[in-house]
Amino acid sequence: MPFNLLVLFCLCYVVMLFLVAFLAERRAAVGRIGWLRSPVIYTLSLSIYCTAWTFYGAVGYAARSGLEFVTIYLGPTLVFVGWWWVLRKLVKIGRQQRVTSIADLISSRFGKSNLLGVVVTLIAVVAATPYIALQLQSVTLSFAVFASGTPEGWALPNRDATAVWVAGGLALFTILFGTRNLDAKEQHHGVVLAIAVEAVVKLVALLAVGAFVVWGIGGGLGAVFAKIGAASIPDWVIKPDRWFGMIAVSGAAVICLPRMFQVMVVEDGDERHMALASWAFPAYLMLMSLFIVPIAVIGLERMPAGANPDMFVLTLPLAEGQAGLAMLAFLGGFSSATSMVIVESIALATMVSNHVVMPLWLRLAPQSAMSGDVRRIVLLARRLSIIGVLALGYLYYRMSGGSVALAAMGLIAFAGVAQVLPVLLGGIFWRGATKSGAVAGLLTGFCVWAFTLFLPFFGPDAVLSQAVFDQGLMGAGWLRPQALFGVTGMDPLVHSLFWSAALNTAAFCIVSLLTFPGPVERMQGAAFVNVFDADAAGPQGWARGRAEPEALLVMAQRILGEDQALALFEAEARAQGKGGYLPDATPDFVAGLERRLAGSVGAATAHAMISQIVGRATVSVEDLMAVANETAQIMEYSAQLEAQREELTRTAGALREANEKLKQLSVQKDAFLSQISHELRTPMTSIRAFSEILTEGDLPPELVANYGRIIHDEAIRLTRLLDDLLDLSVLENGSVQLNIGLVNLQPLIDRALASAQHTRPERDFTVLRDLPTESLFLRTDGDRLVQVFINLISNARKYCDAGTPELKISVRQRSGRVHVDFIDNGTGIAKQSQGIIFEKFARLTDQSRAGGAGLGLAICREVMANLGGQVTYLPGRGGAAFRVTLPLRIGQQAA
Amino acid sequence: MARVVLIEDEPNIAEAIRFLLVRDGCEVLALPDGLGGVAAIAAGRPDIVILDLMLPGVSGLDLLAAIRADAGLAAVPVLMLTAKGQGRDREAAERAGVSRFMTKPFANAEMLAAVRDLVGQGRERGHDQGHDQGQGGGRP
Repeated sequence: MPFNLLVLFCLCYVVMLFLVAFLAERRAAVGRIGWLRSPVIYTLSLSIYCTAWTFYGAVGYAARSGLEFVTIYLGPTLVFVGWWWVLRKLVKIGRQQRVTSIADLISSRFGKSNLLGVVVTLIAVVAATPYIALQLQSVTLSFAVFASGTPEGWALPNRDATAVWVAGGLALFTILFGTRNLDAKEQHHGVVLAIAVEAVVKLVALLAVGAFVVWGIGGGLGAVFAKIGAASIPDWVIKPDRWFGMIAVSGAAVICLPRMFQVMVVEDGDERHMALASWAFPAYLMLMSLFIVPIAVIGLERMPAGANPDMFVLTLPLAEGQAGLAMLAFLGGFSSATSMVIVESIALATMVSNHVVMPLWLRLAPQSAMSGDVRRIVLLARRLSIIGVLALGYLYYRMSGGSVALAAMGLIAFAGVAQVLPVLLGGIFWRGATKSGAVAGLLTGFCVWAFTLFLPFFGPDAVLSQAVFDQGLMGAGWLRPQALFGVTGMDPLVHSLFWSAALNTAAFCIVSLLTFPGPVERMQGAAFVNVFDADAAGPQGWARGRAEPEALLVMAQRILGEDQALALFEAEARAQGKGGYLPDATPDFVAGLERRLAGSVGAATAHAMISQIVGRATVSVEDLMAVANETAQIMEYSAQLEAQREELTRTAGALREANEKLKQLSVQKDAFLSQISHELRTPMTSIRAFSEILTEGDLPPELVANYGRIIHDEAIRLTRLLDDLLDLSVLENGSVQLNIGLVNLQPLIDRALASAQHTRPERDFTVLRDLPTESLFLRTDGDRLVQVFINLISNARKYCDAGTPELKISVRQRSGRVHVDFIDNGTGIAKQSQGIIFEKFARLTDQSRAGGAGLGLAICREVMANLGGQVTYLPGRGGAAFRVTLPLRIGQQAA
Repeated sequence: MARVVLIEDEPNIAEAIRFLLVRDGCEVLALPDGLGGVAAIAAGRPDIVILDLMLPGVSGLDLLAAIRADAGLAAVPVLMLTAKGQGRDREAAERAGVSRFMTKPFANAEMLAAVRDLVGQGRERGHDQGHDQGQGGGRP
């Protein structure tokens, strides 16, 4: 098959994946998640465990070491069948704490310690790099196979160049679909669905090749079994130590590999899916391994000596002239490699950005949590991290020369991530585990693994000198990489596993027993270990009332986006029995907000950002006692008390707000008469004084004209005031005549802008609009709506105090309602004044500047109430921001 | 010829009063607000100060208190104008040492009479200022 055709085929396949991912994202974006989160998709997504290593390498493994390859499937099978209750607990914790990665889980469990996050991230990146290199290598190799096996005789231009293109393409796909948005709780529906499709492709491909080998060229089941019996595959003997070690390490890896954790815990977060996955995933693995031995045996028999058994899946069909089947097999291998790299780099990028980049950035620029655009920085950090991770993989591929057998590289990665397992299990089952213990265990395990397995892998004199291999580190005989403490004769992998696991667990347990957990650690420990108890999310101990809700809102907007943050704050304000967008910053609310933010930037970063606003978290003795004596009765009793207390708090909040409002109203009622008096008497004074002067006569004509005009102007001012008062009273009584019709929003805004030009015409105002979104038909009273718009725009013209004033008008349609936002770039309205600006005569500055009677916003509010909508002040938008909300069709309830 | 300092933020009302007083032979310094403080008032070396109650920035009451606390201005009569016309405002102004209180709108003649009257009183008192400084509401 011509190379170009192969490339074209691959491109088509990738485009199809793009489409699948794109459509899934679209579906998820409009809220139709449905089957995107079914147990079947979940189980298929778990199949990223089967990478190119298992697709190609298992056959090579079988050809070299007999049945030992089965251990790679046995480990996960045992974990899913026997340990599903551990996985279920992990998934539940992941959902409750909004965990974004395995590093985040461990950092969150041990007191939101970022140090631990960094350590786990480091281990994950170091262990994953060879694995990613392995995928690049297998894709490159499979391209090379097609190159050499074709009669046309084209040669692969350059393997390194191929690897670069593959790495670049994967980076692009991952960035496009892995970092499209900062979803709460890092879910990527598009990527997951694409992976599920790839899972089917690789299974079908391997089964097809197997069936062809058995029935096509092997002569049926009986003949193949006979051949297997007679085959010269070496080492059919089971070596107990290797087998035990391999099963353990692959079992640990299926929990701890960053990509497995990503699909298993982060992407899904529904522990009920575990019911299907606990048998379906082992079944998938069984099917994947079904034909490995026949392919290896027939391959060894039919292929020329010296052929790479890692590529039998491809070379066998090619040698038999089955180009189509070879193509399918190629796609299967391609799918295995790409899905692994995509998810792995998403998982690693999340860790690197949340645990390394964000904390660094917060430390270097602490004030930017409030002012900078956090979302853009997080996304940029993720994108750069993805590129970095793939670049590391490529470098490793270049350094290792791309020659090593696939299986060896994969096992090293497995053993590396397995170092996280003791801390992970200890964290979710043992309340006594401490942060110091976790750090000690992880570092010990990582160092032992690196010294005994990772570094020696490069061979003598590459990283470790021959002398170290022979005489031990610094000449200490008991520090030989492959014979630690003088124990010789063990298989290097088993040796490394044994010592790293033993020393890791020992350090973790001993240091945990010797140290005491801090308060936050205790709370988190209880929340993790008792995750299935009711309401174990863990009290966070934020001090009451220390935080300014507006500051929290500004920060939440920077991370969650404006709409999500506003919706969250509005819902909380309503739950507290208040109106508007600013709830009281109760400890519960702040803790909930922290968990929500943790879903985007990780627990440690979210905790640090909230601390900047609220101050340090304090854990009260009562909180600790509640964690310490959690007998069922106390829990139940306190839950009841808590419910009553919350109810009372809500009622009290509502009452307080009502009382506050009444008090203010009474003050205003008093002030109202005095204001009316002032507003009527002031123009009257000028009129009376000048009319007396004119009556006396004896004035030069230009003064007569001048004073006449003043009388006229003041009379108009009086009339306008009376008009406004009458308008307001009609609107308040609800007896207003509305002139309902079908109107286009855009010309209405045009009209309002033109009309408002007359207010302070000397000011040069920049107006930012998005015309296409404004072109929207409404059924409402257009003239009344324009009246409101004019008022808001004039207010901006009058009060916006920016040097180069700007007004942004944005229109959005949401479930049957239209939002029109007017946002200027001035200093905005102080929080204590936000509650009264819609009241009559509530003028914040002196009248001569304002030049109105202070009835404008009161009229706006009444007009909008008559149009079935409202006008509200939006806090936390920089300048003064007003939102006009109204139904698309008046008289229709919002959907 | 009396010197008048007029502090009034409504430009039309200020113009009306200025016209009336200038025609009556006074010298009028009109200020739109009290932000210049006592110094700006003292610069006009007034025989009388006419003060609006509702002023931007510094209220008329505060300004009045400052005038009464200033050694150079303490004896100057102050005529206070208000458009609110509430009893509470009048009491507060009297406590702060106002010389006369007038509600807007006023008759022009009334305004002129009040100014003449107060200037006359002030001049009389000016003669025995040496014995009777720091004038207070309760002194005979």
